Amino acid sequence: MENNSLEKSIKLEKRPPKASPMSAALTFAWRALLRIRYVPEQLFDVTVFPIIFLLMFTYLFGGAISGSTGEYLDFVLPGILVMTVAMITMYTGLDLNKDIEKGVFDRFRSLPIWQPAVLVGALLVDVVRYSLAATIMITLGYILGFRAEAGFSGIVLAVLVILFFSFSLSWIWTMLGIVVRSEKALMAISMMLLFPLTFLSSVFVDPSTMPNWLQHFVDINPITFVVDASRGLIHGYDVTSELLIITYISVGLIAVFGTLTMYFFRNKN
Amino acid sequence: MDHSNTSYAVEADHLVKAFGKERAVDGISLKVPKGVVYGFLGPNGAGKTTMIRMLATLLKPTEGQAKVMGYDLAKEADEVRQSISLTGQFASVDEEISGRENLIFIGRLVGFSRKEAKQRADELLAAFNLEDAAKRQVKKYSGGMRRRIDIAASIITSPELLFLDEPTTGLDPRSRNEVWTVIRALVKNGTTVFLTTQYLEEADQLADLIGVIDRGVLIAEGTSAELKSSIGVRSLIIEFEDERDLNKAESIFEGMFTQTPEVDRGRLSISVTMKDQSKAAKAIGELANHQIAVKDFSMQQPSLDDVFLTITGKPAKEKGGEANGE
Ligand SMILES: Nc1ncnc2c1ncn2[C@@H]1O[C@H](COP(=O)(O)OP(=O)(O)OP(=O)(O)O)[C@@H](O)[C@H]1O
Ligand SMILES: [Mg+2]
Repeated sequence: MENNSLEKSIKLEKRPPKASPMSAALTFAWRALLRIRYVPEQLFDVTVFPIIFLLMFTYLFGGAISGSTGEYLDFVLPGILVMTVAMITMYTGLDLNKDIEKGVFDRFRSLPIWQPAVLVGALLVDVVRYSLAATIMITLGYILGFRAEAGFSGIVLAVLVILFFSFSLSWIWTMLGIVVRSEKALMAISMMLLFPLTFLSSVFVDPSTMPNWLQHFVDINPITFVVDASRGLIHGYDVTSELLIITYISVGLIAVFGTLTMYFFRNKN
Repeated sequence: MDHSNTSYAVEADHLVKAFGKERAVDGISLKVPKGVVYGFLGPNGAGKTTMIRMLATLLKPTEGQAKVMGYDLAKEADEVRQSISLTGQFASVDEEISGRENLIFIGRLVGFSRKEAKQRADELLAAFNLEDAAKRQVKKYSGGMRRRIDIAASIITSPELLFLDEPTTGLDPRSRNEVWTVIRALVKNGTTVFLTTQYLEEADQLADLIGVIDRGVLIAEGTSAELKSSIGVRSLIIEFEDERDLNKAESIFEGMFTQTPEVDRGRLSISVTMKDQSKAAKAIGELANHQIAVKDFSMQQPSLDDVFLTITGKPAKEKGGEANGE
């Protein structure tokens, strides 16, 4: 080892000023993007998954539910969009859970940075991943004959609503990702929550066709509100009240689970 | 509060960390003066990592308190983090990205601009002899390279206090020497180093002050010389040309030392343990008096096992389940 360059490099004239929360979060996001560059297979869940979902449900249920796959596609695409993105939010928690086991997390926690940046950075990249999934599904939908009555701007608005909701939903998984010890258990818990939440909603069928007791659940399911709002925005009908409720739910999720996440993050053993 | 006038980098006051019923750190008080290397010596499961994690703000102590660089661990965690750096026992860099990217990443986090971070990364890569591996993923590094990139990441902003958790466990002698060189250079520059190790030799070579920890308790503390003289036991090993000399020596030594000498007939050697070094010269002199030819002789340092044997009266034994090394 060259002693001269070593001793010179050790001596640092001035410490840089503390990184701003924004720049710390973006730096963590940059790291997540770098990791994707080395292991592009990480993107399977946001590329292959949505394609399979869309093809499968359109052709499996289309004929039975709407009489034609074309008509069903117009109805179901906004729903599957919400469902897919909601499902892949779960990977946020799984990734975090894996990351925490590694020693590098100890370094992050011992750095003089705005601590939530570690998580916010990861979630920012996840929002990019969710957008990728949405873009792929909508493109495929168009190829299969889907048409949005409210046009492109309707789609963009719907996607923004879905991303906002998914971002807030992610905080449930980050909290569980920190608290739950094993990856398998985390996967099981996530599935247990996500399956009923996504299927027992207005994603696939009109809730009015369901038995009464089920309708009660579907009507208060947050996913139903997001699906209805997306449908409205895409096909051009008024969903102001749905949007308002989604805002309440999302802000609530961030407030509660964001706080809990940070609490457990700081006090992790 | 004035922090500059404290002369201690670490002042721990009866720190305790309990995991359930188990007290991994069980009431440790210690003081580390600024500018020294403090060697925290102990076997597997002794509580070394737990102690470091508390001092680096990663674990909340169950009881007790501590000041790190004059800042209160509980109330001024942010200020503590400003003055320390941590190189954990297991790779504390991101193994999925390259060494250079790791350094730029940490550089950005501690507040450098993009350009400064790149400059600093290249400077450190050169200083740590890692230029050739700069663009490779860290998971493809050798053990020695990993340790170096890890330490490089820790000194991006020249910390006042650096924690190194078993920096040389599992390294070959060459890589170990490279790490030692880095640590010595850091200390020369005024950084206080708090390192853990399982090897007395390492503590001996590097540390100004050594704390011996066993089962969560600090069982001895002092300079290397103080510890050794308190432990006392050293071994004199003598090799002979033939078995006749060996046998003669055995009978001479039996009267001289309280402990029976250990004889290795295969290597034609004999080893005796002693508290007082001057006895070694007397033993060799006695052999000369009896015209016994000595092929070679050496004094052996007390091992960590000897330390434990002497201080606790029982051999160093693993307490927890985790194996060491990476
Ligand atoms: N998070 C934890 N939960 C429960 N027990 C723990 C935890 N961390 C450490 N322990 C226990 O505390 C004790 C001390 O562990 P620690 O890792 O501090 O030892 P160490 O001296 O660093 O050992 P090694 O040389 O193997 O690294 C062990 O018995 C270990 O099993
Ligand atoms: Mg350890």
